[in-house]
Amino acid sequence: MKACLRVCTAASCRSRGGASLQHSLSEAVARAGLEHGLRVKGVGCLGPCSDGPLLAMDADPKAQTQLYGSIPVADGAQLVASLMEAAAQHTLAHWCPAGGLRIDLNHPFFQLQRRLVLEHCGQIDPTSIEEALAAGAYRQLERVLQNNNPAAVIEQVRRSGLRGRGGAGYPTGLKWAAVAQMPGTEKVVVCNADEGDPGAFMDRTVLEGDPHTVLEGMAIAAHTVGASRGLIYVRAEYPLAIARLRTAIAAAQGHGWLGTAIAGSRCNFDVELRVGAGAYVCGEETALMQSIEGKRGMPRPRPPYPAERGVFGLPTLINNVETFANLPALLRLGLETYGRGTKVFSLTGHVRRSGVIEVPMGTSLRTVVETMGGGTPAGRSIKAVQTGGPSGGCVPAHQLDTPVDYESLQSLGTIMGSGGMVVMDDTTDMVDIARFFMAFSREESCGKCVPCRAGTVQLDNLLEQILDRRATPEDLEQLESLCRMVKDTSLCGLGQGAPRPVLSTLRHFRDDYLALVPVETRR
Amino acid sequence: MNLYSLRIDDHDVAIAADSTVLQAAQEASIAIPTLCFLEGLSAVAACRMCLVEVSGNDTLLPACITPVQEGMQVHTATPRLQDIRRTLIELLFTEGNHVCGICVANGHCELQNLAVEVGMDHSRLPYRFPDRHVDLSHPLFGMDHNRCVLCTRCVRVCDEVEGAHVWDVGWRGEHCRIIAGLEEPWGAVEACTHCGKCVEVCPTGALFHRGDTTDEKHSDPARLQALMQARQQQRWNP
Repeated sequence: MKACLRVCTAASCRSRGGASLQHSLSEAVARAGLEHGLRVKGVGCLGPCSDGPLLAMDADPKAQTQLYGSIPVADGAQLVASLMEAAAQHTLAHWCPAGGLRIDLNHPFFQLQRRLVLEHCGQIDPTSIEEALAAGAYRQLERVLQNNNPAAVIEQVRRSGLRGRGGAGYPTGLKWAAVAQMPGTEKVVVCNADEGDPGAFMDRTVLEGDPHTVLEGMAIAAHTVGASRGLIYVRAEYPLAIARLRTAIAAAQGHGWLGTAIAGSRCNFDVELRVGAGAYVCGEETALMQSIEGKRGMPRPRPPYPAERGVFGLPTLINNVETFANLPALLRLGLETYGRGTKVFSLTGHVRRSGVIEVPMGTSLRTVVETMGGGTPAGRSIKAVQTGGPSGGCVPAHQLDTPVDYESLQSLGTIMGSGGMVVMDDTTDMVDIARFFMAFSREESCGKCVPCRAGTVQLDNLLEQILDRRATPEDLEQLESLCRMVKDTSLCGLGQGAPRPVLSTLRHFRDDYLALVPVETRR
Repeated sequence: MNLYSLRIDDHDVAIAADSTVLQAAQEASIAIPTLCFLEGLSAVAACRMCLVEVSGNDTLLPACITPVQEGMQVHTATPRLQDIRRTLIELLFTEGNHVCGICVANGHCELQNLAVEVGMDHSRLPYRFPDRHVDLSHPLFGMDHNRCVLCTRCVRVCDEVEGAHVWDVGWRGEHCRIIAGLEEPWGAVEACTHCGKCVEVCPTGALFHRGDTTDEKHSDPARLQALMQARQQQRWNP
C-alpha cells in the first residue's frame, strides 16, 4: 500500500500555513519521483485546531495512523528533506516531523467522539468526488431513489428524533412532512450555511471537509419532499467553503448525482449557491429567504411558514448544514444504530485543546470540556461554559454535569444553539461577556421591530453603565425588566434571544453584577 | 361565509374566518393600540404595539397579522401588555428627538396620542439625543428624521399604492433611516410624483407639507382607505 500524508488545509490550519505546507510537500514528492510510495493530500479539519497546523500519516495499514501538530512551517525545507529521506528509505512509519508534536490518538479528545457527520472529514480530499464516492457518498441517495418511498424516509427521520441543528431545534421530520404535504410540483430546498455565532465554526468545518455529504443530504430531502430546486445560502466570510462547494456541485453534476434524472430515476435536483453579504440576521430563515430573493434581509412574521410560502412564494424546506449532513448516516445506520445521534461542537476559549468535535447527544458538558478539551490551562479553574452564541447563555461550573441535549440546556436558561461552546476561566468577568454579546446583537439588529432596534441599544448602554461602576440597584432592576420585555416582544429569534446572555449571567452570576454597583448607592 | 366565534376580553365576537384578531377586536369596538399598521397597506408587525395574549399560547401575538381561530380567547389589556406598550413608547421617544411643543403634528400625532393612551408621562429610560438631519430638498414636502419612528408606512404607501417606490429603509439597527431613492436628497429623486401620500400616512411630524408650522399638520388616513375602496370597487364618485 502507498503511504498517505494528510495535511489539514481547512481554515484554521490554513491560517497557520497548512496549505503552503501541503503545496511544498507534494511538490517535493513529485520532484523526487516518490509518488509511487507516498501521496500527499489536502484534507478537511483533523480536529484539534489549537495544535495546528496538523498532519496525519497513514504509513502502513497495519501501523496506527500518526497525528502531528504544531508543525514548524517556517522550517519547510528541513521538513521536506526529512520526509524525502524517510520516503526513500521506506521508514515513513517511524517518521516524525522535527519540531512537531506527536498527538496521542488514544486521548479522550478522539476516543470519546462519535463521528457521523464528520466521518469523512479529514479523511478524504474534499475536492475529489472520486474519493467521496469511494468513501460511500451518494449511496444512500441512490437507495432512496431506488426505493422511491418518500413517506418511509419521512417516517424514519421523524422516528429518529432528529432536530434542526441550526439552533432552534425544530423536529426535522415534522418540517419535512409539512413541505411534502404541500400541493404543487415546484418546491425548494434551502441549506442554511450562514453560520454567524461568534465562536461557532462547525458548519464551516463540514463544508470545507466533506461538501458531498451535505449535497447528498439535500438531494435526499429534495426527493422526499418533492423539490427540484436547491439553494445553499453561505456567508461570504467563508471563501474556502464556497470554493469547495462550487467544486463539489460541479463534480456531482458531472457524475449525475445532481441535475436531471439523477441515477437514472425521475428525480431532478439542481443546486445553486447564494453568497451572503455579511448580515448576521440573514441566518434567520425568513430573512435568509428575503436575501435570496435579492431583497433587504429582514425577518418577517410567521405564519406563513416557509413550508407554505418560502423562497419566491414556493413551499420551501429550509435546514441547516449539519442537519442535512446527518441524513446519509441516519439512513445508512438505521434507527437503532443511529440512536440519539450526535452534535458537532466547536470548542474554544480557555481550554487546553480547542477544535471541532462530534459527540453523542447527551454527553455531559464536563466530559466535553474537561475530559476531552483538557480543562483550562494550568492554575485556572472553569467558571462557565457559554453555548448558543448571542442567543444563548452560560452554564456555571457547578452544573457542568448537565447532559448536552435540547431540554437540559434550556432548563438552565441557555440553548443548544448551533454548536459554539466557549469555555471561560475564573478570570472572566461575566458582565463583560454579557456586554460583548449585547453589543453584538445591537450591531446586528436589522432595525425592523422596535424592541430589538431600540431595546438592545438601551440594554447595551445599561451594561456599559454597570461596567463603568455608575449603576444603582434600580438600574439592575431596569436591566432585568427590559431584558424580559425585549425577549417577549421582539419579532424574530435574534431579538428574542438577545437578552439571554444577560438573563443567564444574572441568574448564575448575579454577584459579578452586584460587585460593580457602588456601595453608596445600595440601600 | 365561514364564521369563527372567539372571545376578546369580555366580549364574544363572531367574524369571518379569514379575519385577523385586530379586525375582530374592531368589530367588538375594542381598541388595540397600533402604530405601524394602517388599513389599506400590507401589515409588517414591526412596532409590536398590538401584541396580545392568547390563552394557551406562551408567546405574545401581533393582532394585526394573527388570524382568528375558533374558540380563541384573546386578552388585549393585561397589566403585562400595558407595561410592554408603555416601554415600547418610551423606547420610541428616547430613540428619536420628539419635541411636541415645536412639532408640526402637535395635537394630531399618533405617537403623542399613544403616549397619552399608555400613560407615559415621563420616560424611565434615558433619552439618546441622536444626531439626525432634516431633508428640505423637495419643493412641496419636508422630511425631519428626528421625528421618524421607522413605521415604514411611507415606504409601503409609495410602493404598494402609488407604485413609485421612492422610499426605502437604509442601514440597519439603530442606524436605520428612511432613505429617498438611492440615498439621495428627496428633491433629486425623479421617481417622486409629488402625490403626498407619504405625508398623509405619516403618523408623526416626520413627513410634512412645507410651510406648515407648529400644530398645523392634519393627516387623514381615511383618505387612503377611501382611495383603496374606490380602486377596488371601481367607483370614483362617492
